[in-house]
Amino acid sequence: MNNIFKPKQYATSNVYRVKPQDIVRTEEEKPNVPQGIMTKCPSCGKVIYTKLLLKNYKRCDECGYNFKVSANERLAMILDDGELQEFDAQLSSRDPLNFPGYGDKLVKTQTQTGLVDGVVTGKGKIEGQPVMLAVMDSSFFMGSMGTTIGEKLTRLFERATRERMPVIVFTASGGARMQEGIFSLMQMAKVSAAVAKHSEEGLLYVTVLTDPTTGGVTASFAMLGDIILAEPGALIGFAGPRVIEQTIGQKLPEGFQRAEFLLEHGFVDQIVPRDRLRSTLGTILKLHSVDQKDWKDQVEPD
Amino acid sequence: MSITPWERVKLARMPVRPTGLDYIERIFDQFLEMHGDRFYGEDRAIVGGIAFFGDIPVTVIAQQKGRNTKENIARNFSMPHPEGYRKALRLMKQAEKFHRPIICFIDTPGAFCGLGAEERGQGEAIASNLAQMMLLKTPIISVVISEGGSGGALALGVADKVYMLENSIYSILSPEGFASILYKDASKAEQAANDMKLTAQDLYRFKIIDGVIPEPAGGAHNDYNLMATHVKAILETDLEELLQLSTEELLQRRYQKFRRI
Repeated sequence: MNNIFKPKQYATSNVYRVKPQDIVRTEEEKPNVPQGIMTKCPSCGKVIYTKLLLKNYKRCDECGYNFKVSANERLAMILDDGELQEFDAQLSSRDPLNFPGYGDKLVKTQTQTGLVDGVVTGKGKIEGQPVMLAVMDSSFFMGSMGTTIGEKLTRLFERATRERMPVIVFTASGGARMQEGIFSLMQMAKVSAAVAKHSEEGLLYVTVLTDPTTGGVTASFAMLGDIILAEPGALIGFAGPRVIEQTIGQKLPEGFQRAEFLLEHGFVDQIVPRDRLRSTLGTILKLHSVDQKDWKDQVEPD
Repeated sequence: MSITPWERVKLARMPVRPTGLDYIERIFDQFLEMHGDRFYGEDRAIVGGIAFFGDIPVTVIAQQKGRNTKENIARNFSMPHPEGYRKALRLMKQAEKFHRPIICFIDTPGAFCGLGAEERGQGEAIASNLAQMMLLKTPIISVVISEGGSGGALALGVADKVYMLENSIYSILSPEGFASILYKDASKAEQAANDMKLTAQDLYRFKIIDGVIPEPAGGAHNDYNLMATHVKAILETDLEELLQLSTEELLQRRYQKFRRI
């Protein structure tokens, strides 16, 4: 477990991928000390050794604040040896509306983030259990879902259905990719359809809702898991808090749309802190690795 | 002759435009309205029930705008809460049980955005509709009659055939919302309407919908009866086609319809 944060490339895109050290950090994550030796917690203000922070699953040891993690960091935290056999790594959006400025912005974001789009999908193992998984990355267009994310997820579920495998999806999304308009909206139906078919085959689907999970992602595959886990404090909702405040003309109550609020209202099975996420997912997979139907057939007398 | 997208937006939002119930009255017989989601409450932004379409019993579900301010308030300006989507799903499952085709009329600025809607799981309610509609073993036809706004519209839009009226719109978000997000200026809604490609003609060109239903000269509001006749004709042709398919083929086609987008 000591090496889990070793920089590792899960896919090699000759076009867009850049070296990990070139990845531009978001403002929030940007270390306040040169060379990034120390990182300040945006929640409680504690200054933490960056190395220690990485060892601690990017959680503040003072207040428990979850720093944003990239898709690659997440995979390193979750998978056995951090190993992923990535699918469809090169799939990229084709700007279906021919939307002014979008094509250029896509290429720029790809160069800046080293990602081709906002989700990494593939196959790996958690505590020895084989699983297909998708991890969204909110650093790419705020994790917004357009045709690429929709297509990659659909292919993942179709593949998992064919190979009779469980799926875990880590969501992190500001909602729909506006620049892909109606095509983005239709991805909600497309992915949900693939999820429904996977489910019909009696296969397991687990979602892990991370900060933030909103809009079209919440209103489709995020909420369709057989088991829905969430990270502490994650913002989860359909409408964004700012939009709601504008609509109702008042401030939202403290904790509204946070993971704990969703648990309280019955929409989340468990809130799992980062250090227990891997073992929790491992247990869930083990609990579903026994085919109950076969077992029942065997023990029941004719 | 050439109507701009923004003009279509304005036509689609005209208060005198026919609403779901106007079509239900003209197209179906003996409409029997059913209320409630059996979990929380009754959402008047969505109307649902059973009726005869010719000789065939069908389930009809419509997002319903008010025809005056008072009714609009009661119907929350056709912006459903989770219980509206859950009622719709309940009626659709009932339709499946009794082998009734389902007809949906889509007309909403979007799912309601507010405290209660979030507390009761707006996202979960819409997601369930998307997934469940894909598996329903009965034909579904959806018609966007005026505004098809975001996931709130799509939650009634996973169908075997999807049509739009000539001056209706269907989009990821309202042009105003879109402008405020992407151009940081809600007053640029007209530009947004152009860039978003939200007209029936655009969506037909994208092959996202199956057809555009022509409106009477000047718009649907000019002749409710004629407009309803056009819609009825499409429903007749399509139901006949869909009812001939085996369940397996029906579901396979429905899946492929969305799969290729």
